[in-house]
Amino acid sequence: MSVDDRFTKENLQPRPDAPLGTRNEIVTGPVSDWADDFSHLEPEWAADPYRIQDDLRERCPIAHTGRFGGGWLPTRYEDVAAVAYDTEAFSSRSIIMGNFRPPREAAPIGGSPPISSDPPFHHDARRLLLPAFTKRAVSRREEATRAYCHALIDAFEGRREVDAAGEYAQHIPVRVIADMLGFPLEDGPRFRAFIENSLEGVNRPPEQRRAGMELLFDYLIAQVRDHVERPRDDLTTYLIEAELHGQKLTPQHVAGTMALLLIAGVDTTWSAIGASLWHLATNPADRERLVAEPGLLPTAMEEFLRAYAPVTMARLVKHDMQWRGVPMKQEDWVLLSFPAANRDPAQFERAGEVLIDREVNRHVAFGLGIHRCVGSHLARMELRVALEVWLERLPRFTLADPDAVTWSAGQVRGPRALPLLLS
Amino acid sequence: MNVRIDPERCQGHGRCYDLAPALFGEDEEGYGQVAGDGAVPPGRLDDARRAAANCPERAIALEV
Ligand code: HEM
Ligand code: SF4
Repeated sequence: MSVDDRFTKENLQPRPDAPLGTRNEIVTGPVSDWADDFSHLEPEWAADPYRIQDDLRERCPIAHTGRFGGGWLPTRYEDVAAVAYDTEAFSSRSIIMGNFRPPREAAPIGGSPPISSDPPFHHDARRLLLPAFTKRAVSRREEATRAYCHALIDAFEGRREVDAAGEYAQHIPVRVIADMLGFPLEDGPRFRAFIENSLEGVNRPPEQRRAGMELLFDYLIAQVRDHVERPRDDLTTYLIEAELHGQKLTPQHVAGTMALLLIAGVDTTWSAIGASLWHLATNPADRERLVAEPGLLPTAMEEFLRAYAPVTMARLVKHDMQWRGVPMKQEDWVLLSFPAANRDPAQFERAGEVLIDREVNRHVAFGLGIHRCVGSHLARMELRVALEVWLERLPRFTLADPDAVTWSAGQVRGPRALPLLLS
Repeated sequence: MNVRIDPERCQGHGRCYDLAPALFGEDEEGYGQVAGDGAVPPGRLDDARRAAANCPERAIALEV
């Protein structure tokens, strides 16, 4: 048997003759009119994107911006669904709307399969992951997740104030995914920096973003090499050994998918747990009802996912077209706001209210169509266990200081500081 | 009543087997499957309706 020499730094670096992507001028600063100059990276959006999107849905349901080299923002459920389903007109080549577009040659694979992939490649790349993320497969991690949540709360012993975002919510998905990938559990804090760079640092200078990405890939290569030498029963070894169309995966595919699992699984779930606790801290009646009726939690959790959907995606327009009344140009972005779709009154009764016993809830927090979140069963398990353990152990809590709560800007939204007073 | 899943639409969100585990299960990739021949026992009509009403892909059909 020959040694697996796919994972050298040279193999993973772009070739000197590889096509470059395009960059546009970075525009920041206050938005003049959300209908024609929107930006999901400004503090006003981070503070309350719902008000902005509700307003746009009424007066300009497909908003436009000249920032980021041009883009659109549909806010009606039916338009968001139509974009998600139409993989002919909209590409996933890049799903983070910023000032850089990867070269067109990157399609249909993209940098982090399957999220960055288009048909027909997408289907097979996604299939590789599905068996590890079924409801049955992730249920095997429930016990360890529960024990870990208890341990986090044990560490609060004697304290009256804790940061539920930084000291609880954040740690849970980091631990779970590090365990699934077979990474050293103590590396958690390092992942956090990688993730911040890729999702929240969108308007940083390109050199700085590239340097951050390089750190992430260096880390991943080291983990992969370690697994090549000592194969284990985890996702990293699985990806190293997996085959697609009769061949081992390219090193870019392995590293890109690992980066995706690390990034897609952490910020998102952290945000969902944090937003749910924020809701309960600010709505004592809902908190008391869930403590009294724990059986309602699965239903309530879906409502938190609807109302505070953490994830917004993006697409790139494949060719010039008139789309539902607006002139889309090739390479324009579409900001695919699942949160906006989830608050469309044409789809949900009392859309702006949080009803923890909502029975009919066809929300799209995990997307729609072929890119449905591969991790949705895992995320639901983590969210349910995190909330169950918190409510069991710390049933009474309020915000320590409303002004100290901060929310992330960009495409993953959730509390980043959430000081709670325990009583 | 009978339930049916349109495999072209189903994306494996799993709302059906979360909400009505007696009527639906998952295959090894997480896609929804109806249990048995899809016949809904009289006591499970509400479960069937709830599953259909919560499938984000509208992949579940109820047939009387
Ligand atoms: C509450 C937590 C989460 C939310 C709200 C969420 C949301 C989403 C959404 C909306 C998409 C669709 C992307 C698109 O349409 O372009 C997606 C895709 C994806 N998510 Fe999640 N996610 C969460 C947690 C996770 C976790 C825990 C993992 C795995 C560790 C994960 C892995 C993925 C992967 C691999 C994809 C790509 C699927 C594909 O393109 O076929 N996610 N997620
Ligand atoms: S809820 Fe709908 S999409 Fe999800 S598994 Fe069931 S039928 Fe498929």
